[in-house]
Amino acid sequence: MINRECGVFQTTYRGDMALYPVPLAKASYGLLLLVLLALPLAADSHKMAIINLIGLASVGAIGLNILTGYTGQVSLGHGAFMMVGSYTAAILSARYGMPFWIGLPAGGAVAAAVGAFFGIPSLRIKGLYLAIATLAAQFIIEWCINHITWIGGGAQSSIYVPTPTFFGWEINNEYRRYFLVLPVCVLAYVAAQNLVRSRVGRAFIAIRDRDVAAEIIGVDIFKYKLLSFAVSSFYAGVAGALWTYYLKIANYEHFILSTSISYLAMIIIGGLGSVLGSVFGAVFITLLPIVLVYVVEGIARLFGFTYFTIADFLANLRLIIYGGLIILFLAIEPEGLYRMWGSIKRYFRLWPFSY
Amino acid sequence: MAQLEIREVSKHFGGVQALLRVSVDVPKGEILSVIGPNGAGKTTLVNCVNGVFHPEAGRILLDGTDLTHLSPPRIAALGIARTFQNIALFRGMTVLDNLMLGRHIHMKNGVFRSVLYWGPGRKEEIAHREVVEDIIDFLEIEAIRKQVVGSLPYGLQKRVELGRALALHPKILLLDEPMGGMNIEEKEDMARFILDVNDEWGTTIVLIEHDMGVVMDISQRVVVLDLGTKIAEGTPKEVKNNPLVIKAYLGAKAVA
Repeated sequence: MINRECGVFQTTYRGDMALYPVPLAKASYGLLLLVLLALPLAADSHKMAIINLIGLASVGAIGLNILTGYTGQVSLGHGAFMMVGSYTAAILSARYGMPFWIGLPAGGAVAAAVGAFFGIPSLRIKGLYLAIATLAAQFIIEWCINHITWIGGGAQSSIYVPTPTFFGWEINNEYRRYFLVLPVCVLAYVAAQNLVRSRVGRAFIAIRDRDVAAEIIGVDIFKYKLLSFAVSSFYAGVAGALWTYYLKIANYEHFILSTSISYLAMIIIGGLGSVLGSVFGAVFITLLPIVLVYVVEGIARLFGFTYFTIADFLANLRLIIYGGLIILFLAIEPEGLYRMWGSIKRYFRLWPFSY
Repeated sequence: MAQLEIREVSKHFGGVQALLRVSVDVPKGEILSVIGPNGAGKTTLVNCVNGVFHPEAGRILLDGTDLTHLSPPRIAALGIARTFQNIALFRGMTVLDNLMLGRHIHMKNGVFRSVLYWGPGRKEEIAHREVVEDIIDFLEIEAIRKQVVGSLPYGLQKRVELGRALALHPKILLLDEPMGGMNIEEKEDMARFILDVNDEWGTTIVLIEHDMGVVMDISQRVVVLDLGTKIAEGTPKEVKNNPLVIKAYLGAKAVA
């Protein structure tokens, strides 16, 4: 992660194909994991809540990046697939008393099946047209959950979920929820890294880069497009289920169209076709509104305003700055935070002797 | 029996008759060139063989297996690989990954093994990496194996595309203008690679090419297409002196 790639000479293909071929890289990832594990020692409950939100968003963003960034299929239905996972988990836990560690994969599995079904149009349509087809998925799924009483449970379409427990250990505060979110995040991250560097991931990228050529060398495009929809929706489903156990409620309003769009924003800002970029994007989009509130409030206080006198103004200003920053960002670095990260790393590669 | 039999294949696009009852037999291990003026139907013929288009009439057989209505991935799995006139590499990937994609049909890893990347899944990746490294060695592209393909010069991209086709270990290699737009050194390199592939692995090669010098030098037989029909077939020498070919394609000066 923060190492320089030099002075290492691989002598086996196995070593060369390792995820982190440089020993220092392995060490820096180990260190990162330790820091993540120790994080609750340094943060208060409010900060832990923000970190948990970032974790939840990361899982969803990695999933969407597999479909949109790696396979090149634009999806506006990611929120709906999260919704499927969320309600699956809620139904299993609230009505059938299943523990969360069954609800999580089950939510993923059901979402994967639904996602693969809504991926069928991708055989015939691409690009913007596919985006519209997945938009239909968003509305159809939302409608079904709202109108089929067995799923949504009636008027509010909300299902309350009991506090998840892990063999008697109640996950009932932000610190404990962190240890629910973190392992899922790490697994999701490593699994995605492995996927995109091996046979299936290569087939995905081949479809994105040149679908005709992919077919000619023996990649069954339809199968792999559906597979990509399934894997991506599995991530969405797990993220949705995790969200449900986190909030202890399943509600469709958390997964509407604007959710789908903010996930697209995450992967575009983070970097299409990069797992690490998805995490960067999740951090950015989650933190931006929170940090903006602090900044704008701080400036207002300098001029002697109190929070209550400017609350309306603040809410609007926040949205304007939020939109403006995203546009600015795309204009300056269209390939995302991941690219920026790469440039910084390249700069320090030869630093301080750049010539 | 020929390895690849193209029997009476016809294909039209709207009012354009791209191919009209074209028959070609390619015996195992041969280097066959297909030549003809622009729009003669050469690329369409290749596209029919590997399933991009399906002909309206006629049959295409590989070792007696009917390919006529199979999908491109099936045909690839049966042992036909090709390169494209305008390079069709996966531009965002490294040379290594492009070649590894050539091994796709020979690998079995599914989603679960890919995600784990451990045990049998990793073993398979490494085994195929070794095969790919042999091809990298053969094509002398060791130095660029980790570069992203989109950033490579044109001639090298053509070579990488040949490598990707070779990674399939095909029985038949279809090369659509492998030397188009190359300078003389690059052409010589490419001709050497084509001859070596044919020589070392016994791969049958069907070549579409406009450079008559190359065609006459490396091919054992030449088929000439014009306006969708086959107007001549034979050894380079026979074709060169065929009056129909001279009229349609070569022109009087080229022969003189």
